[in-house]
Amino acid sequence: MLDAIKGFGVTFSHMFKKVVTEKYPEVRKPAAPRYHGRHILNRHPDGLEKCVGCELCAWACPADAIYVEGADNTDEERYSPGERYASVYQINYARCIFCGLCIEACPTRSLTMSNEYELASDSRADLIFTKEQLMAPLLEGMEQPPHPMRLGDSEKDYYVNALGNPGTSAGAERAASSEQQATSQGGAV
Amino acid sequence: MGIEEKIPSGVLLTSVEKLVNWTRKSSLWPATFGLACCAIEMMATGAARYDLARFGMEVFRASPRQADLMIVAGRVSQKMGPVLRQIYDQMPEPKWVLSMGVCASSGGMFNNYAIVQGVDHIVPVDMYLPGCPPRPEMLIDAILRLHDKIMAEPLGERRRKMIAESGEAAKRVGTIPSSYRYNKAKRREWLAAEREGTQEQLRIEKWMQEGAHK
Repeated sequence: MLDAIKGFGVTFSHMFKKVVTEKYPEVRKPAAPRYHGRHILNRHPDGLEKCVGCELCAWACPADAIYVEGADNTDEERYSPGERYASVYQINYARCIFCGLCIEACPTRSLTMSNEYELASDSRADLIFTKEQLMAPLLEGMEQPPHPMRLGDSEKDYYVNALGNPGTSAGAERAASSEQQATSQGGAV
Repeated sequence: MGIEEKIPSGVLLTSVEKLVNWTRKSSLWPATFGLACCAIEMMATGAARYDLARFGMEVFRASPRQADLMIVAGRVSQKMGPVLRQIYDQMPEPKWVLSMGVCASSGGMFNNYAIVQGVDHIVPVDMYLPGCPPRPEMLIDAILRLHDKIMAEPLGERRRKMIAESGEAAKRVGTIPSSYRYNKAKRREWLAAEREGTQEQLRIEKWMQEGAHK
């Protein structure tokens, strides 16, 4: 008899406890900073693409979700500093397992991940993201390629200054630039 | 098929259609079809923190006869294929299928002879949900998009033909991410971006502004 009342007491006490339920569609809590969300193809500070079309991301991908086709830059039509750029870049989100191996493989920090995850769709074709969808937005001072190199005469100028000048890859470059700050504050390099 | 084919069309029918669709989407009972790790996230979605009961779908029915929505959560092996089809066939109309996770959607990383390369080889899929596994918010997002689709569903074959003739069918529903759809200001921004085709850039911009990665 007393046990039954005790049981109801437990239930009743929950009336005064904080609600744990998240109000998802109305309020979206930010994911953990390192959450693996959809990818971004980053840009240099002048708007040129960081991707050099090396296909290392496609090689690293365990699910074969990335398709890259490289092409040569010319002086008239330049998409990235250096020789090559990706003329076709696709990520198939119906296969991507968000493991991040492509991010690790990328030599220019062109490919990074955001925390965006609302990707459901009713068509498999729409889940294949093309380069237009993956490219980072144009921030201030950026110009849609193709255009000539604005930050120097060769691609070297882009990479030597890259740490202090991250372009749009805010998530990826921050660690390196803060490291740089720490060393400059410490005085030793 | 039923009475909806016989009643006169017009305002009455469209209101009835809205009402029927609303009742259908408001208590969409899922059939459990947890096959792998995605099922863990599906269970988490049903539990207190994400609480699917908010959308009227807390009861995961083990019996397909009481279910409206099949959430295929996980990789479907060739051997499981016929079982899946049978469960689907046993569900009463109207029924929907949500393919949860990349394995169910396309085979994912398991591109081999043992795994069906996408459940749409076996059953018609209404919503594909990528992720490995998708987090509970992603599942809720997919379900809410499916709700949108259900709300736009025509009642009966005659109505379907009427809509097809009027050309309204070209409008696609369920394309807005839920966190944008349920926030008026963000929704307006999304629709504006969609007209220019830059909705994906808008997402990245918003994410950078949020500054959660910093």
